[in-house]
Amino acid sequence: MEIRQIQEVLEAQMIVGEDSLDKDVHSACGSDMMSDVLAYVKDQAVLLTGLVNAQVIRTAQMMDMICVVFVRSKQPTADMVELAQEAGITLMSTKKRMYEACGLLYASGLGNGAGA
Amino acid sequence: MSEEALRFHFDVDGDDFTSAGQASVQVKKLLRELGVSTDVIRRVSIAMYEGEINMVIHAGGGKADVIVDETAVTIVLTDEGPGIPNIAQAMQEGYSTAPDNVRSLGFGAGMGLPNMKRYTDHMEIESQLGQGTVITMRVDL
Repeated sequence: MEIRQIQEVLEAQMIVGEDSLDKDVHSACGSDMMSDVLAYVKDQAVLLTGLVNAQVIRTAQMMDMICVVFVRSKQPTADMVELAQEAGITLMSTKKRMYEACGLLYASGLGNGAGA
Repeated sequence: MSEEALRFHFDVDGDDFTSAGQASVQVKKLLRELGVSTDVIRRVSIAMYEGEINMVIHAGGGKADVIVDETAVTIVLTDEGPGIPNIAQAMQEGYSTAPDNVRSLGFGAGMGLPNMKRYTDHMEIESQLGQGTVITMRVDL
């Protein structure tokens, strides 16, 4: 699935990284706990989260993720946007809640990478 | 890569949670420039990142030294924090002494040290109460 489709499925507002809309991603994960993302995630390219602080971007960067979606209309701070720009990570924000956002993407064919 | 080991030193600021992880980001870039494999880079940067977060949460910051030689990447994290009273307990997944405000930042789930062990080939903790902690981690190339 292209990042563009994630934006469409989630009716998300693009914050930074419009030039990456045609990048292909194959799996995603959702968590507000960055420790868990660091512990359990493997090769997921997209992170959905309701957490807003700079460590969300750093965690994504450490895990080689290329897109972060903020759920429940959360908006990243200016320093987060700057970090994401430096790291080449796309940021977007959706009004949908975590459960719905994950469900919509999963139903659209974006799995969690497990057993794939 | 040259036969001589490459050494990098970083100071980890303990006052600012926002800046935690800066050293790991730099190490990630350096290792990429050195042509280290993606898998090793990821394991080193996650282990070091967790270590940095720990030093900021528990020890008021510290120092990080990274040594790259022909066989491995070694990370030495040194702090002058309160020390770890019971290392075996601290190594258990889910055990945490982090304050609640840290949990609201997405950390403090008791996964830091276990993650550091999980992603490295060797990890050693030396800790003295009231004096500080030295954690040495090695990821083989």
